[in-house]
Amino acid sequence: MTKNFDVKISFTIMAVLIALVGIFQSWGVALSILNLCLISAVMSMGVNIQWGFAGLINFGVMGFLAIGGLATVLVSVPPVYEAWAAGGGGILISGLFLLLVIVTIYLINSKIPKFKYKNHIIFLIIIVSIPLLKFISGPAIGRIESINAATSGFLGGANLPIILSWFVGGILSALVAFIIGKICLGLRSDYLAISTLLISGIVITIVKHEEWLSRGVKNVIGLKRPAPYETNLQKTDWFINAIEFFNTSKLSNIIDLEARASLLNQLVITSSGIFVKLCFSIIFLIVVLTLLYLSEKALNSPWGRMMRAIRDNEDAAKAMGKNVVKQHLFIFMLGSAIIGFAGAMLVTYDGLFTPSSYQPLRYTFLIWVMVLLGGTGNNYGAILGGFAVWFIWIQSAPFALFIINLLTNHLDETSYLKEHLRDSVPYFRYLMMGLGLLLVMRYRPMGLLPEKVIKN
Amino acid sequence: MFFSANRLTGGYGGVNIIEDCSFNVDRGEIVSILGPNGAGKSTAMKAMLGILNLKNGDVNLDGKDITNFTTQDRIKQGISFVPQTKNIFTELTVEENLEMGAFINEENISSKIEEMYDLFPIIKEKKDQQAGELSGGQRQQVAISRALMTNPTVLMLDEPTAGVSPIIMDEIFQHVLNIKKQNIAILMVEQNARQALEISDRGYILVTGKNAYEGKGEYLLNDKEIRKAFLGG
Amino acid sequence: MDFLNAIILISNFIIVPAITYGSQLALGAIGVTLIYGVLRFANFAYGDLMAFATMIVILTTWYLQSIGISLGFLPTALLALPIGILITIGISLFFDKTVFEYYRNKKANSVTFIVVSLGLMFVLNAIVRIIIGPGDINFMDGHKFIMKAREFKNLTGLNEGLAIKSTQVITLITTVITCSLLFYFLNKTKTGKSMRAYSDNEDLALLSGIDPKKIILITWVIVSILATVGGTLYGLDKSFKPFTYFNNLLPIFAATIVGGIGNPLGAFYGGFLVAFSEITLTYAYKKFFKYLLPENLEPNTLIQFISTDYKFAISFAILVIVLIFRPNGIFKGKVI
Repeated sequence: MTKNFDVKISFTIMAVLIALVGIFQSWGVALSILNLCLISAVMSMGVNIQWGFAGLINFGVMGFLAIGGLATVLVSVPPVYEAWAAGGGGILISGLFLLLVIVTIYLINSKIPKFKYKNHIIFLIIIVSIPLLKFISGPAIGRIESINAATSGFLGGANLPIILSWFVGGILSALVAFIIGKICLGLRSDYLAISTLLISGIVITIVKHEEWLSRGVKNVIGLKRPAPYETNLQKTDWFINAIEFFNTSKLSNIIDLEARASLLNQLVITSSGIFVKLCFSIIFLIVVLTLLYLSEKALNSPWGRMMRAIRDNEDAAKAMGKNVVKQHLFIFMLGSAIIGFAGAMLVTYDGLFTPSSYQPLRYTFLIWVMVLLGGTGNNYGAILGGFAVWFIWIQSAPFALFIINLLTNHLDETSYLKEHLRDSVPYFRYLMMGLGLLLVMRYRPMGLLPEKVIKN
Repeated sequence: MFFSANRLTGGYGGVNIIEDCSFNVDRGEIVSILGPNGAGKSTAMKAMLGILNLKNGDVNLDGKDITNFTTQDRIKQGISFVPQTKNIFTELTVEENLEMGAFINEENISSKIEEMYDLFPIIKEKKDQQAGELSGGQRQQVAISRALMTNPTVLMLDEPTAGVSPIIMDEIFQHVLNIKKQNIAILMVEQNARQALEISDRGYILVTGKNAYEGKGEYLLNDKEIRKAFLGG
Repeated sequence: MDFLNAIILISNFIIVPAITYGSQLALGAIGVTLIYGVLRFANFAYGDLMAFATMIVILTTWYLQSIGISLGFLPTALLALPIGILITIGISLFFDKTVFEYYRNKKANSVTFIVVSLGLMFVLNAIVRIIIGPGDINFMDGHKFIMKAREFKNLTGLNEGLAIKSTQVITLITTVITCSLLFYFLNKTKTGKSMRAYSDNEDLALLSGIDPKKIILITWVIVSILATVGGTLYGLDKSFKPFTYFNNLLPIFAATIVGGIGNPLGAFYGGFLVAFSEITLTYAYKKFFKYLLPENLEPNTLIQFISTDYKFAISFAILVIVLIFRPNGIFKGKVI
């Protein structure tokens, strides 16, 4: 039972840390951290399913997160009818053409018997179809992007509730993972790492530059929310009454009516922010707990045991008649779907989609640090990793500033060194991540909460 | 005896694969280690090379106890080894393979290489070719000559004829006999027991990690019981 | 005349830039491939090692400039190269000792090495940004151009100009020197051959008496030289920005795998292949055809295979194609 003990202690420590932030900084900041911790936990659970359960290195996390982000735009944004009228047809025809190319390649690859120039033909089809696709779609894209370029210039989405986009993000990610998996999963692990990293680069390039689809670097702002808006809350009677009720003692101390009203107003404004974040926390918590429940169930099912058997000894599993390639493809899609889900959650929480912000360090490797630090193959470990790493990531700047001030206390305020170090405070988080990862790999290679060895 | 290994016991992870095995070989002598699959022949050789950690036993070379020497130090002392597989540098040319063999002796590399070319004429023709492109028999010759480049006094061969045709096998054994003339002690592990014994001075037969029989080549070849059990009639 | 103009156009916008970019990628790819061949892992910290090395060169350049030393028409950074190389060797060996050696002795699998190199990537990333900041730094001094487009036009009377930056010539010459020395070392010297032998068959190298410690030491020394030279050349030609260096790791990996991972000569060609593909496929050939075709056939579109936005994507696409058709690379992998 030491394992449960570890889990309880570590999550209590996390809770205390976040509470401390609430007390010493502000509850708004604490809830922001908590929310991103929860999103990070979903991401690291997705990676953990691939890496911890099946031993697959996916360095394309960033790409799947971006696909999830794109899904929020495609699902929740209202459609731009003028753009559809101007270029919708062209885009649909291009889409059909693309589908045709893919189906043709698929058919050639699987239905036609092996012959010498098969690969060459496929290659030729790809080479010819790219300029053709551009030729077909070019005019339509031009028309779409010229419609209200400053505010829209894209096709928009389906105007559906944004929560739906989380699932759509997951499904889209799984589809992309299917294609990537078909190409890369047979490769050696280091090739898989490099090629997924590179392919995620392609995904980001597409999202960044296909403005008709995602507005690209112009960003999509003002996305819908599954939670109320602060400004609406501040005008809602029950909310104001509730705030008044909770702060009765504080308010009744003030006799001046005008001052009392202004304080109440102040309280309503700050509380509305906290309330919105709290709503997000509840939704995210539900997601995390559901995922945890499902993946714990999966991990301890016969399927989970088989996955670990494949991970630990692929050849033996093959010899026992397990279809390793198929299982790997499935788990790669499953993990990627969860990552895509998390990507949609993240964009929903931010309320905006900014394709240029996706960078491998923050959106791929940081997630990997979470998984490795937390504990490979252990769902609780993945969640703890998500929490701990995000917490350190956010809090290392103030922490570094504190240390720098302490160390350079004797220096003059205008000292160049002191100023320079203070300017570089944001980068100490990279140092902390790197050192943390190196130390864990060295002294606790299975992570803070290692995989439990199931004995029968 | 010039080279001797006494009462070797060891294995991987707690399980002893060889127990109480002893071998010895003199200069100018060919000694074969034979036995069924899984008897621990290759393991015994690894133990003598210091690749395997011993629980018990000692290894002596020319009167010197080398039990605690690393593999690298044993090679410097004059032991050379031809592994069964991956025994050449496939991406290097034949001549570069020989040069690498002579990595630890500084002087006379070119005359030593010429010596090898005399011993193995076929590889002289291929000297600028990548070793990986050669045929199985040629590769084996490159492997043996690479091992001889260190000027060894003891040459260990792990199944030098594994996977080659009978004609090539005879050829390789002929080369081994030629090497013997250079006053080198040769110890080899073999699957082709009968042919190996024909060129060997003495032989050891291992069964489940223990010395079962040992003796002169002809004696082992002619013993009815041994023939029936290990030499196929 | 039109034909000459077309040739000059292609030289100016494709050949010269691609040779420069290709040289820079080649140097990086050879470094990655050497680490892979000898130490047997894909080093994700390599881009940041290049950034670190370039940072040292920049700091030394600034110091040299502040005490009034310069190389005249050549960039001062060339004078700072040796210092950069020495310090980069130092940090490489330090990290090998403190980080990689432990896993080597434990015979850890390649995945562990990749993860550890990620940790190192974060650390180097932080060090560079803390010391020199994340911004763009231009440290090119000396003459900028060997030939300006206008000078060329005046000289030849052609419509098209050919501009040659001095950094482009420096890049090419330095790359040729560095690679010639490297390939001479690998193919002709005993130590170089033993490095190839070790990369080819580690166990047999040990049985031949080759000292792995020495091989690994030499590998880090060579890799540090390549990282410093490659990083500095790239920084002189474009500019220095830590994030760009990290990003360059991606085409460098592509070049490495295309050339056959572990094969330095393949990596060299891989670098040029990636560079030429990127530039030829994103160039708009409209003007080129205008020169060559009769007036009534002149194109009215850009004649561009794919938009320049997808420059990076091309190297990834090449990589994917190679992985599907020839997983060991165009040149056979795993040699040194």
